Amino acid sequence: MSLIIDKPAAPVRQSAARPPRARTRRSGTPYAFLAPALVLFTLFLAAPIVYAGYLSLRKVQVKGLGLGAASRTEVWAGLSNYARSLTDPDFLPSVWRVGAYGLIVVPAMLGLALLMALLLDASRTRESISKFARIAIFLPYAVPAVVASLLWGFLYLPRVSPITDLFEAAGITAPNLLSSDLTLWAVANIAIWGGTGFNMIVIYTALRAVPTSLYESARIDGASEVAIAWRIKIPIVMPSLVMTFVFSLIATLQVFAEPMTLRPLANTISTTWTPLMKVYRDAFTRNDIYAAAATSVIIALATFLLSFGFLKLVGRRAFNQED
Amino acid sequence: MKTKFAPLMAALTAAALFTGTACSSSDSGDTAAADPNEKVALTYWSWTPNMDKVVAAWNAANPNIQVTVNKQDGGDPAVTKLLTAVKAGSGAPDIMQAEYQKIPTLVSANAITDIAGEVGSLKEKFPEGVWNGVTLGSDAVYGVPQDSGPLMFFYRSDVFESNGLAAPKTWDDYAAAAEKIHKTDPKQYLGTFSATDAGLFTGLAQQAGASWWGVTGDAWSVNINDAATQKVAAYWGGLVEKGVIDNKPMYTPEWNAALNDGTQVGWVSAVWAPGVLEGSAKDTKGKWAAAPMPQWDAAAPATGNWGGSATSVTAQSKHKAQAAKFVTWLNSDPAALKLLATDANIYPAATDASAVLTAPPAFFADQADYYTIAGDAAKAAKPFTYGPNVNVAYSAFNDAFGKAAESKKAAAFTESLATIQQTTVDDLKNSGFTVAG
Repeated sequence: MSLIIDKPAAPVRQSAARPPRARTRRSGTPYAFLAPALVLFTLFLAAPIVYAGYLSLRKVQVKGLGLGAASRTEVWAGLSNYARSLTDPDFLPSVWRVGAYGLIVVPAMLGLALLMALLLDASRTRESISKFARIAIFLPYAVPAVVASLLWGFLYLPRVSPITDLFEAAGITAPNLLSSDLTLWAVANIAIWGGTGFNMIVIYTALRAVPTSLYESARIDGASEVAIAWRIKIPIVMPSLVMTFVFSLIATLQVFAEPMTLRPLANTISTTWTPLMKVYRDAFTRNDIYAAAATSVIIALATFLLSFGFLKLVGRRAFNQED
Repeated sequence: MKTKFAPLMAALTAAALFTGTACSSSDSGDTAAADPNEKVALTYWSWTPNMDKVVAAWNAANPNIQVTVNKQDGGDPAVTKLLTAVKAGSGAPDIMQAEYQKIPTLVSANAITDIAGEVGSLKEKFPEGVWNGVTLGSDAVYGVPQDSGPLMFFYRSDVFESNGLAAPKTWDDYAAAAEKIHKTDPKQYLGTFSATDAGLFTGLAQQAGASWWGVTGDAWSVNINDAATQKVAAYWGGLVEKGVIDNKPMYTPEWNAALNDGTQVGWVSAVWAPGVLEGSAKDTKGKWAAAPMPQWDAAAPATGNWGGSATSVTAQSKHKAQAAKFVTWLNSDPAALKLLATDANIYPAATDASAVLTAPPAFFADQADYYTIAGDAAKAAKPFTYGPNVNVAYSAFNDAFGKAAESKKAAAFTESLATIQQTTVDDLKNSGFTVAG
């Protein structure tokens, strides 16, 4: 023990005596290094997950009018909270809605991100323009989702929106973006606006890591820029695309801030518009943390299955291309 | 002047009041009097602006009962915090501001306590409808009413004048006025049906004679889909279907703009409306007038409430008697009522408050009879009982009426009530409450 304490004081001088000490150090040191992460993980991730799992199996039982001090007891609920969550008439529609939302957001956001990354990469020589464009595209990601939703909310509301003014100036009736047909697109638009920049940077960074000699040889072989992008660049950044896809998938399943912020502005977003909003409603509007815990566990399991299922399906092929 | 004499007045009146309550109330009043030198410190959760100024008057006069105001974000977050403290077993304040619709929830969670023995006979000091809100129709007293929000009607007098209209006396008049105004200028609406404001709709149902919850013996009853509420829903659904009023939510940037640029020319609201209008429609100052609510039956005027809260003593408080003394003073003493009205800018629930409310609010400076109208409205509020799951009903309201308002069909409005009724009853039964019927 004393050896470990001595070490930071005089690391250089004692380096000669290392071999015998290494054996004693091996037993405890890794755990000492891991301890902060393990403690934080246990306190702020594992324990809350276990507690949520526990809560999801409990419920409050009220007797009679429920007005006396002893009329409320917490009891075991078995799986009844899960049954209630899954059979809630609002739950499945919210799942389908998030599915449709994902079908809009993920391809559009990743497609745009890839396109912009390729364009930026193609203009490598004009460094100053490229740098400005990169920051401009990335900037929306730095805007918190709630702020972004408020800003877009102003743009969507016909009376205060400058977009509506433009439409009217052109003599066209502006569409009401918060009507029942378009709300999903309006919410998806905010996510795409906010998320494209981050994904673009990830893909762009992957592109920059590719040695230029590859492109040069392709050019000598007579490949056009489009062919280089399609045949060389996209296959090379495939691992990044897979990663950004998984991130986007998880973000889609957890969409919350945008619809929650837009909700008071429109009739078309219900309190259970997405599964996570249902969790919020149950926990904070209905004071039923038990049902909220059950729905959270369901969402977590679905996220886990979808992301790992996808990685298993696509991951190996994508990563193997590097070899 | 005001600040100099207020503490003194408060001290005198408070002293007078205490001797009064000590005589009239039973044992618990005496225990507090038994040890007058015991010093206690009480905490008070409130989100009313300037409440600390009102409390300072009490503290100056009552060195043995010192109250500290702990500012809260608002009704919902304060309740969530209090319920968490109850679950944890400690951390709750002694005194808590509680909105009327939250009281059954708080009682049911054993967060606030019955102070019937401590407050004595306060009943006569408040309008019946308001008092009912703190007793839940029982012999218990779960708080002392602080402010109330009697419904009133606000309209742009210039627009009414140019259309040759007078303030609507009945809902039929209101419908006719809405139609005429929209016909004259298709951009103008006399109001909007807001699916995000369940509290307003509850007040309108209350005016029509509904009481959504009730206690029959040892069981709760739920009557959200009753004839009175059906009438209200059909009426507003009809106006939305005709297109003579708007269907967009209130309290949005769009609604603010519409009030300010004169496309929303009326607002069915409550006594506190001038403060909101001052903020969102400042360009229209001087053009608004306040009137009593349009009536279903002009011969029997009635109103409902939108908003308002009581001051309750929590179950965790160790100084129940002292806390009850303070909340009694705060909400019924003339000096305190004056401070509540002038410093905290609220409309006190006590009937005596009409004496301290003389000058009209700044935004309605020309309307000398503002508080006369408000006072009459407060007295005409129909009794209404809230249940232990108001939040469930309100969020079901948001969803069901959101869809109905978007569809612009009167039938969808009335059908929504069945959905809300069902959701509310199912939730009560699922929690184990006994539900009648």
